[in-house]
Amino acid sequence: MSPELIVLALVVVTALAFDFTNGFHDTGNAMATSIATQALKPKAAVTLSAILNLIGAFLSVEVALTVTNAVVNIQDSSGAPRAELIGDGGMALLMIILAGLVGAIVWNLLTWLLGLPSSSSHALFGGLIGASMAGLGVNGVKWVGDGTKLDGVLGKVILPALLSPAIAVAVASVGTWLVYRITQGVAEKYREGGFRWGQIGSASLVSLAHGTNDAQKTMGVITLALIATGTWTDLEAVPFWVKLTCALAIALGTYIGGWRIIRTLGKGLVEISSPQGMAAESSSAAVILASSHLGFALSTTHVATGSILGSGVGKRGAKVNWSVAARMLMAWAITLPAAGIVGAAVWFIGHTLGGMFGATVIFLILVASSLWMYRHSQKSRIDHRNVNDDWVEDVTQRQLPEEPVVKPRGMRSKV
Amino acid sequence: MNNLWFALEGAWQVLLAGLLLGAGLPAIFSLGIRALSYGAHQNVDDHTPHPFAKVVAGLAFGLVILAVVLGIGVIVSHGMGYRLSFENLYPAFVPK
Repeated sequence: MSPELIVLALVVVTALAFDFTNGFHDTGNAMATSIATQALKPKAAVTLSAILNLIGAFLSVEVALTVTNAVVNIQDSSGAPRAELIGDGGMALLMIILAGLVGAIVWNLLTWLLGLPSSSSHALFGGLIGASMAGLGVNGVKWVGDGTKLDGVLGKVILPALLSPAIAVAVASVGTWLVYRITQGVAEKYREGGFRWGQIGSASLVSLAHGTNDAQKTMGVITLALIATGTWTDLEAVPFWVKLTCALAIALGTYIGGWRIIRTLGKGLVEISSPQGMAAESSSAAVILASSHLGFALSTTHVATGSILGSGVGKRGAKVNWSVAARMLMAWAITLPAAGIVGAAVWFIGHTLGGMFGATVIFLILVASSLWMYRHSQKSRIDHRNVNDDWVEDVTQRQLPEEPVVKPRGMRSKV
Repeated sequence: MNNLWFALEGAWQVLLAGLLLGAGLPAIFSLGIRALSYGAHQNVDDHTPHPFAKVVAGLAFGLVILAVVLGIGVIVSHGMGYRLSFENLYPAFVPK
């Protein structure tokens, strides 16, 4: 087996690992509100979301090869990798992709550990941008595009990231206000039951849209790596096994569920009720679908979080936990550069050591840091059993340093 | 600064579609719920909806379900190389 093929295998495994983190990072986008209002049991919610993500991933038959083309200059306009990058059997390109993916995963896991819903697409773009800058210089990155359409880092990542949460807040707050206004004084038995169903339906739509939007990014990255090594030559299609493994990876990630993030979204931002949940998820679904239809690239996470915030703004008397919201905004702002720095740093390590050895070392760095963060997360476990416990910051105002944020198993009081 | 202009143009369209579908459909859904509860007090358990109210509610829920089905249709057809067209006023799927 040639060294390129071994590195290619590492890239594929890492890309699938990223897809997995993409799944569990974003479970909350669709299901946090349904879990918080108990419209669905936590396990049922993640199962439903996983199935819909799986279906959604298969529905994205469209070629996803140009997905990275918007931000980095590693491909020509047809989607084929630039010739000078694949001269050495594709090793130069593989190293950039691998380093970019490592940056994305490390940042995704870190924000998960902190319970912060940050954008997986920003992490992926950030990692690739960092690795491309390290490998190819400033010109390796497409900063603004050519001015004929919305393109480049500015047009495809930064501007949508600034605008889309604001749109989501506006839509969800109008929706929530209308829903409360219309159902004022309506008998409780119709209201609760009705909005629970509405909430489950709208959340399902968000899950489906997530599968189609996000799984294809990883499909594109893997196919690009395959083309770079000459293992795959068709620029118009994605190999079936790539589609299958990506769909399974994102669905499995969704099923495992990023409970820490679900908890932040469902309990940390707004104390949410069924009508608000339905308004929030409808807003997310409409904004995500409308923008993918119009070719306006945005992050599912930014939209979902904006919608949940909006559902708090639109309900009279609802309290929005702005300190949590501010922490999240900060995480959003630094996601791209932070993933970029990690991507660039591991590229330098991989490139200096060179070839198969370098790639193996950065892969091991990824495994080690992931294990470290996983072990760290076990100190304050959050899973389907305690995901809905009261938000501690809310109860005590000031938290004592020695008190764990989440009560250990067994000590949990029934609320 | 072309990008800023394109972004604002896109954002404006997304906002409009979002308000129409993302806030409008929940409002229609709420109208359905309001119709079901016609004549009921807030805390009753033994209330049955008025027959006419049932029709109104059915229309409201039907409209929302239709919109959701079309939404799923958009996702599916997008992947298959089709798009949803309203050129003849009724929704139809046409090749891109």
